[in-house]
Amino acid sequence: MEHIISDDTIDYVGILAKLELSPEEKQQAKKDMGRMLDYIDKLNELDTEDVEPMSHVFSSVNVFREDIVTNSDEHEKMLANAPAVKDGSFKVPKTVQ
Amino acid sequence: MGLMDLTAVELGKKIKAHEVSVIEAVMEAIAAIEEKDGMLGCFVTVAKEQALERAKTVQRQIDEGILTGPLAGVPVAVKDNMCTEGIRTTCSSKILENFVPGYTAEAVAKLEAAGAVILGKTNMDEFAMGSTTETSAFGVTRNPWNPQHVPGGSSGGSCAAVAAGECSFALGSDTGGSIRQPSSFCGVTGIKPTYGTVSRYGLIAYGSSLDQIGPVAKDVTDCAVIMETIAGHDTKDSTSIPRDSYDFVSALEDDVKGMRIGLPRDYFSEGLDEEVKTAVYKAAETLREKGAVVEEFDLGLVDYAIPAYYVIASAEASSNLERFDGVKYGHRAKEPEGLHNMYKMTRSEGFGPEVKRRIMLGSFVLSSGYYDAYYLKALRTKALIKKEFDKAFETYDIILGPTAPTTAPKLGESLSDPLKMYLGDIYTISVNLAGLPGISLPCGTDSRGLPIGLQLIGDCFKENNIIRAAYAYECSRKEQEG
Amino acid sequence: MAQYETVIGLEVHVELATKTKIFCGCSTEFGGAPNTHTCPVCTGMPGSLPVLNKQVVEYAMAVGLATNCTITQYCKFDRKNYFYPDNPQNYQISQLYLPICRNGKVEINTGNSKKFIGIHEIHMEEDAGKLIHDEWEDCSLVDYNRSGVPLIEIVSEPDMRSAEEVIAYLEKLRLIIQYLGASDCKLNEGSMRADVNLSVREAGTEKLGTRTEMKNLNSFKAIARAIENERERQIELIEEGKTVVQETRRWDDNKEYSYAMRSKEDAKDYRYFPDPDLVPIQISDQWIDQVRSRQPEFRDEKKERYVREYCIPEYDADIITASKKMADLFEASVTLGGNAKKVSNYLMGETMRLLKEHEMEPEDIGFSPENLTKLIGLIDGGTINSSVAKEVFEKIFLEDIDPEHYVEEHGLKMNNDEGGLRTVIEEVIAGNPQSVADFRNGKEKAMGFLVGQTMKATGGKANPGMVNKILRELLNK
Repeated sequence: MEHIISDDTIDYVGILAKLELSPEEKQQAKKDMGRMLDYIDKLNELDTEDVEPMSHVFSSVNVFREDIVTNSDEHEKMLANAPAVKDGSFKVPKTVQ
Repeated sequence: MGLMDLTAVELGKKIKAHEVSVIEAVMEAIAAIEEKDGMLGCFVTVAKEQALERAKTVQRQIDEGILTGPLAGVPVAVKDNMCTEGIRTTCSSKILENFVPGYTAEAVAKLEAAGAVILGKTNMDEFAMGSTTETSAFGVTRNPWNPQHVPGGSSGGSCAAVAAGECSFALGSDTGGSIRQPSSFCGVTGIKPTYGTVSRYGLIAYGSSLDQIGPVAKDVTDCAVIMETIAGHDTKDSTSIPRDSYDFVSALEDDVKGMRIGLPRDYFSEGLDEEVKTAVYKAAETLREKGAVVEEFDLGLVDYAIPAYYVIASAEASSNLERFDGVKYGHRAKEPEGLHNMYKMTRSEGFGPEVKRRIMLGSFVLSSGYYDAYYLKALRTKALIKKEFDKAFETYDIILGPTAPTTAPKLGESLSDPLKMYLGDIYTISVNLAGLPGISLPCGTDSRGLPIGLQLIGDCFKENNIIRAAYAYECSRKEQEG
Repeated sequence: MAQYETVIGLEVHVELATKTKIFCGCSTEFGGAPNTHTCPVCTGMPGSLPVLNKQVVEYAMAVGLATNCTITQYCKFDRKNYFYPDNPQNYQISQLYLPICRNGKVEINTGNSKKFIGIHEIHMEEDAGKLIHDEWEDCSLVDYNRSGVPLIEIVSEPDMRSAEEVIAYLEKLRLIIQYLGASDCKLNEGSMRADVNLSVREAGTEKLGTRTEMKNLNSFKAIARAIENERERQIELIEEGKTVVQETRRWDDNKEYSYAMRSKEDAKDYRYFPDPDLVPIQISDQWIDQVRSRQPEFRDEKKERYVREYCIPEYDADIITASKKMADLFEASVTLGGNAKKVSNYLMGETMRLLKEHEMEPEDIGFSPENLTKLIGLIDGGTINSSVAKEVFEKIFLEDIDPEHYVEEHGLKMNNDEGGLRTVIEEVIAGNPQSVADFRNGKEKAMGFLVGQTMKATGGKANPGMVNKILRELLNK
């Protein structure tokens, strides 16, 4: 295997992705990611130096809406699925210490 | 012959002619679900009460002449990653176990406006990540042809439900083959439209630049009719492309004379099951006999589509799935200590292993220092792949090949080796990268009696070429079967 | 001790004055009960998709043109990924790789010196929701009314060297943006927010020191204090042989100190990538020309025109044009027929005094030019006298009352009844023999007292000219 994923890398990606992996999951993740990256390295066989990255398949541009209010108060609908609500707001654990 | 053995268009005709009532059709579908679905597991949610209620309304609107279209009163199953107002929408994930949207996906809304009756929501690989429908948090779906086998994925529930006659037709979504591959495994017909043809509004995103909703049905005619109903420009989706024509039905012509059909040599090489190869070649031969010009050619870059896809799709998914955090909807971990623990526990409990695997990979390839090497490299590869197809479509009207290298594997065979599972998407994935339309339709069965799928790929906005060829092939097959 | 130079760059966020949010049709109105201006898009519901508000692009272009930027004619939106509850998708749609404007500059004026401050870029992005920290329970509450309100972020070059320059730069930006009508730029309501990037270096050296970013600065005063404080903190660290850490700090204006906003859970790795849900923006030359042709008259041109067209002193024009609101009010009042100098006097005098008294900004002015013009008409026409006018103007300033109705209703019309006034004055003269004697003995001051007594007796409504005339006539008899 070319790519050896370190514990630090897995921990770091876990912080970015907000995933907490168990020790077993971490071992598996290291193996899986390493293997996938080895496979992805296949792309390095291609010379892409003069190729523009293509994020959209079609060259469509300038899709806009006019600045007109179309939505009305639907806060009950927006809050209907919230795990915790208080005073018409989404309730979360305290964000500052 | 039961009502659920009819195609959607046939049933629609009978309803229109008042030979069958909408209620009867819906009741029959629900009876089929109740009889078979305990074993097959096609549905995550059956909206029986809503469906029966809706059937009455639709019947009235048909009687009053308000609903006159071919799908009025026809029962449909919807993949569980499309939002349906008032009906639970889970993406087959624990993290959305109790999510009931307050809005309906545009494609589904268009079906409802045409009078189709939603039966419920179909099982899928969690967040559409998988090729077997085994990564669902709500249990596997079994292949109606042989319950020991998977239905394919990720739209496995939709395809199996159509194959089992638990609905007249279904909607699926396709990011890397998720309509075509399970259609192939379940012996049904499914189309992945040109990117931007069907609105993605209300489709819970996996890979936004690749996702398209499409029909899963019993035959090509149904697919064309459903396409006409769900396609259309939508101002709510910035990537929706206005097209000159949304007429797909007129392509239903049993005529391929002079049509140029290319068979990529790499689609018939190593890794392709012999029985599949034979059946697909035979299908090509049938089209040749009907007057098409069939030849082999070198497509190029076939082997680079999967690695490019996994970088792009995982990167987009890692971002798209950030919103599942336990704040606004869905699962939240019990009594987490502090905000960041809430995020981590919620997501770790809510997502299954395959979803976590792709989120980790996607977060990694976008992270500082790797963006150029992985993400941009993949986007450049995508540009090259698109160019290869552009070149091919200068010569050919359609590209023909297998949908998948094999027929449906047995349950439990695929998950142990993710990379091997990913390789199963080799013929379908590049179509998504290049934004092309593709159709999968049955072209026989293997020696175990499992269906084989034929894939036809068209140039962008040229669905009608693949619909015509598929229809012509289907006509011959029906004649042969007599 | 070595001499240190402070190097400052600013990141200024401005909420644009669109009616709707950047990616959905929800109202941007400030206030409102929590989550009443929300929809699936701005609360990050699954399956929702953004569609760009065209007006946001036009405002961003207008600000870019007014600050001498180059417009990026092919620009895109990127996703900035980070988890925080005020950010419903846990990514913010912003612009990293191709921001809409680049390479601009504005001229600032401090004391007697002029200087250009470079603008690195201006990009468009969405605002976050609001977090309220619950006082009764150990939790925070999220309101997404502000989520998706359009912002532009104006990133300067590190060209400023003092708090004075920073404030001059901010004032300049604010004025430009207000004149464009692109934002009201209220620091106290958060529609303009500035983050300060600051480093110090020994005077004469070229290399930049390590910078910190200061957030939560809600007034010009707070900005000035934070700059001074951070400069001292960094110099102290360097003098002690310690190093300045590159970090984000939060300013506490009550305690007048800042603290690092650090957490091991924040990796500050935003994984930017082009948003696949939005298509690029292609800006043609014609579109740029169109936006340019709609640019309003800015302060300097306006000032000149006021002096030329309305013949008001340059001093007046300078003060009035320092605020778009004032300038608009001035022009509207003059157009309605108000005498330019008199309107100007009201704006510079009473209006400024009342703003200061009520701790308000010119942008908070709530009265209409109609009522100011009517008031001036009442004075000019001799309907009310100046002391009544002052009282009525306060009412206009606070409640925007119609002065004509108000004067009528409260019986404040000037008393021009000469016969009645003569009787009152005769009584005043009879009742104040000492003052009468003083006046007749040449004490002019006594006259003032007698006028005052007369005004008091008429409830302040007497015509002062007439009072004077009758008094003199009777006293000189």
